[in-house]
Amino acid sequence: MPQYMLLIYDDPTASPAPDSPEAQKEFAEYGTFTEDIRSNGQFVSGAPLQRTDTATTVRVNGSGEAVLSDGPFAETKEWLAGYYLLDCPDLDTATAQAARIPAARHGSIEVRPVMEIPGM
Amino acid sequence: MSHAGAVERAFREESGRVLATLIRHLGGDFELAEDALQDALAQALRTWPRDGVPANPGAWMTVTARRRAIDRIRRERMLADRVQALQTLMDLEQTAGPDPDDDSAVGDDRLRLIFTCCHPALAIEARVALTLRTLGGLTTAEIARAFLVPEATMAQRLVRAKRKIATAKIPYRVPTDDVLPDRLAGVLAVVYLVFNEGYAARDGDRLVRADLCDEAIRLGRLLAQLMPDDAEAAGLLALMLLHDSRRAARTDSAGRYVALPDQDRAMWNAERIAEGTRSLDRALRLRRPGPYQLQAAIAALHATAPSAEATDWAQIAQLYAELARRAPSPVVDVNRAVAVGMACGPQAGLAVLDALAADRRLAGYQPFHAARADLLRRAGNVGAAAAAYDRAIELSDNAVERGELERRRAALHPA
Repeated sequence: MPQYMLLIYDDPTASPAPDSPEAQKEFAEYGTFTEDIRSNGQFVSGAPLQRTDTATTVRVNGSGEAVLSDGPFAETKEWLAGYYLLDCPDLDTATAQAARIPAARHGSIEVRPVMEIPGM
Repeated sequence: MSHAGAVERAFREESGRVLATLIRHLGGDFELAEDALQDALAQALRTWPRDGVPANPGAWMTVTARRRAIDRIRRERMLADRVQALQTLMDLEQTAGPDPDDDSAVGDDRLRLIFTCCHPALAIEARVALTLRTLGGLTTAEIARAFLVPEATMAQRLVRAKRKIATAKIPYRVPTDDVLPDRLAGVLAVVYLVFNEGYAARDGDRLVRADLCDEAIRLGRLLAQLMPDDAEAAGLLALMLLHDSRRAARTDSAGRYVALPDQDRAMWNAERIAEGTRSLDRALRLRRPGPYQLQAAIAALHATAPSAEATDWAQIAQLYAELARRAPSPVVDVNRAVAVGMACGPQAGLAVLDALAADRRLAGYQPFHAARADLLRRAGNVGAAAAAYDRAIELSDNAVERGELERRRAALHPA
């Protein structure tokens, strides 16, 4: 069964303010959605991520040293807010599930097939 | 049957049908199916000129392409996901006939192919190219010429689209009922885009462009036949046929654009008009009106009018108003103004355009200024007409059309 990564990109200026009734409603929607994909067997894994101001970017330079820098790799309006990894038979199934993720209404969901490597 | 061109033509007739079924047997593998069909064409080019075209070219192609697909799977390193495809093909080899599927299964295959080629996960350019390549059987070079892009660019566009279908697993099936109306609208839009690309008298290879119209009509017929309960599928077919009926009359012997009122109606293609009107009647009987049917109804009123003056412009203006309600666009608004101008006089038409002038999108929209210039000319306002023609000429990117606007500008007489 192919796997799809649903990358949740959110626009913090467009998403409901924390603790607002809208945010609570969305939180409940995530709960229902996650429960649904758990019970139908599609859920492989998934998690929300902390804000990008907690991010650290790591690069290894020519001398083999790890160089750390504060912040995300790319500054964009939309930031990676979480992900779901799903087992789905085809792209239509995966995109239909992506459309149910609350952040799709104010951000966007990137759906990427997972590369299958035999023996892994 | 002596040369390659004739073999290729005979081959192309059947290629969409054969490919659609082969893709299903191969579990949705476009590239393998196309490669196998290409092998079959190479074989046909060797054997048909010598032995003659088989009595049933489609059956010959199906069997040959299937065997070449088996060869290819065996030759290439055996991948686990091809085992199933190989088994399916081997089972089919055991059956007596060329293909045990009946006509309806083949029809379903072509529907699957259309919906997959026009899948919204593909870029619109890729949908158009893939549809023409797989269902139309146009070569990559032909599609590249028609869309005025280098052949290498078009080839890459096709490869990328097929890779995405395979890698992202875009399903090879007709969508389920809940999404079917949306997805069918997307398919119809692709077909209409192909038609318009061919119909717009832009610079470029005219012959290939006429091919695009024919190809779009062929696809339109196929959709109307495969989805007989869909009113808009029949409506789109009617619209394309009725527009296309005027193709020969739209340019004069010197290649200049001839506007509808000035066209020689004797040059309109009566067969196209009859088929278009029949398709429109069939659509209207389903009692689910939509934008394509409304546009086809407008085209039918033009097509069946004895002259520009004797056209039912009031009815056309009404249809445009209904179209503007369902599918608002500046194009529709401008056309409605022209129809009102014909039905109720230039001042009434200008009033409609003036009401639209607040829409900023229209400032750079050439047909808006061209329509306004014509109405001002008829209203006797020469100075304003000249200025509007100048603006329209400045905005036109089409040599034929620009020539006509310049001619009209020059013919203005001071009142």
